[in-house]
Amino acid sequence: MSNFKYIIGSFADPDELMDGIDRLQANNVSIYDCFTPMPIHGIEAKLGVKPSRLPIAAFCFGLLGGTLGFSLLYYTMFYDWPMNIGGKPALPLPDFVPVTFECTILITALGMVATFFYRNHLFPGRAPRVMDLRATDDRFILAVDANDNADHLKIETLLKEAGAVEVKYNERKYVSYE
Amino acid sequence: MGNHSHHHDYNFSEQFTFTGKARALSLVAVAVGIVAVAIGLLSSNHIIVERTYANLLLMGYYFTGVCAAGGCFLALVFVTQAGWPSGLIRIPQAMAYVLPVASLVLLVIIIGGLFSHNLYHHWFGEGLTDPNSPNYDALIAGKSAFLNAPGFLFRQVAFMGAYSICAWLLARFSYREDLEGGLNSYKKSFKVAAIFLVIFGFTSPIWIFDTIMSLEAHWFSTMFGWYNFAAIFVSGLCVITLMVILLKRAGYLNWVNENHLHDLGKLIFGFSIFWTYVWFAQFMLTWYANIPEESVYFYKRWEPEYKPWFWLSVAINFVVPVLVLVNRDYVRNPKVLGAVCVVLLLGHWLDFYIMVMPGTVETHRGFGWIEIGTALGFVGLFAFLVLNKLSKHALVPSKHPFLEESLHHQI
Repeated sequence: MSNFKYIIGSFADPDELMDGIDRLQANNVSIYDCFTPMPIHGIEAKLGVKPSRLPIAAFCFGLLGGTLGFSLLYYTMFYDWPMNIGGKPALPLPDFVPVTFECTILITALGMVATFFYRNHLFPGRAPRVMDLRATDDRFILAVDANDNADHLKIETLLKEAGAVEVKYNERKYVSYE
Repeated sequence: MGNHSHHHDYNFSEQFTFTGKARALSLVAVAVGIVAVAIGLLSSNHIIVERTYANLLLMGYYFTGVCAAGGCFLALVFVTQAGWPSGLIRIPQAMAYVLPVASLVLLVIIIGGLFSHNLYHHWFGEGLTDPNSPNYDALIAGKSAFLNAPGFLFRQVAFMGAYSICAWLLARFSYREDLEGGLNSYKKSFKVAAIFLVIFGFTSPIWIFDTIMSLEAHWFSTMFGWYNFAAIFVSGLCVITLMVILLKRAGYLNWVNENHLHDLGKLIFGFSIFWTYVWFAQFMLTWYANIPEESVYFYKRWEPEYKPWFWLSVAINFVVPVLVLVNRDYVRNPKVLGAVCVVLLLGHWLDFYIMVMPGTVETHRGFGWIEIGTALGFVGLFAFLVLNKLSKHALVPSKHPFLEESLHHQI
């Protein structure tokens, strides 16, 4: 038994990649993931990718930002040292809208950047890892988990038939840009 | 995508047939409008006459604004080189084509309202700018270098004339493209679109200051132009979307699908938020500064006869699109999106009502057969003119260079 983990089909054309997905699925081969240098319409539906949970994170960050912004105003402008500005009520809610709004946006934006880095394992000082180096350049990559699918020869044949330029057997899941 | 050849079963020579129920209903609505306006204008009660004029201005402005928004949408599509709307572009084109007629109607209303003193009497009247007159008004006299009848009328003709010519040209180029093909029409459209956006961007606030803001000439807000632009553009987008949905339901526009509706819905969502942003900026700064000459505008809208409607307008035009259109499944559902469009079109009627009425009929505002009749008349006129134009050409610009992109649009 070989010790490689993933079979990588490398395509030069997105349509051939889509054809490859169809052929593998028709033969009940489960696809681990696809990596492409540009978005391909319809690929998520074809692969059955679940809807992203990013909006939930965005909502939580927004809620946090709004609460922080409002609390800051409430504490400084009303609780700690109430101020009379232009004869307005001590708690002038319309005036609090812009700051609360901007804090919501700020924390959401920063939070989503942090989420992006966390989710993609992009930390300062760490070289990015991908399943194939050319997936960010000119190749459309289809990865199949070798342990989940037994007939490796058939997978290679199917990928080649669909137009794969190259089929690799990777012993490690990721390669590093280092 | 790629080098696959595309096969589709769309009939690009398909034309809308404007007959039967749609035609009859639009003509009945026009007739209802004419009767309502005639009874209102011929009334011996001056308040009824003034209220009819205020409604005519409201709907004439709404009509012109929606047609101008059609032209604006076209121009934006061309300068951003957007491909996705190519399949539905005939609808804003028909609206843009009708803009000259809408402008003429509005011009007649404005001239009639100005010289009968039923509109614009805050700044146009006997002795308002004459220091020796008992009617002298120092504030109005100070503004008279800008706000005088000849200048006002000249600007109305010049601005609406420029918008009409550009919008009309954009529609014409596309109709000619169907016959000639090639890139010539597209290139000309790009130039006219850029010129139109520059003219419209710089002059539309002034046009709006003249047409609506000068109804209460003692008051001013530099945000008023953008606030109105947002209202006009949201309304225009809602009309385009509603027409797409209705045409699809009638069996046309098979090449337009939920992806196009999603994009239209996103524009409605975004511009509704922009409307709220400008509305709130104008309100909050006025409320905070509390300078009498500024707060007079909101003071009038704080009176019991306007206050509930004032807040209802914000609730409809902000809360509804934000809560409903934020959901992907809802915005892609023609029934839900269509319902939101109807609600927003009613909401912006209320928005314009809150702008126009306190400066004209003041406490004598009402909601009855004059309002409903006038609104129906203009809706009928719009539907008749736009659908009639739509029926004259194929429903898709089959030689548009970006059409293929629209057919495969997916988000």
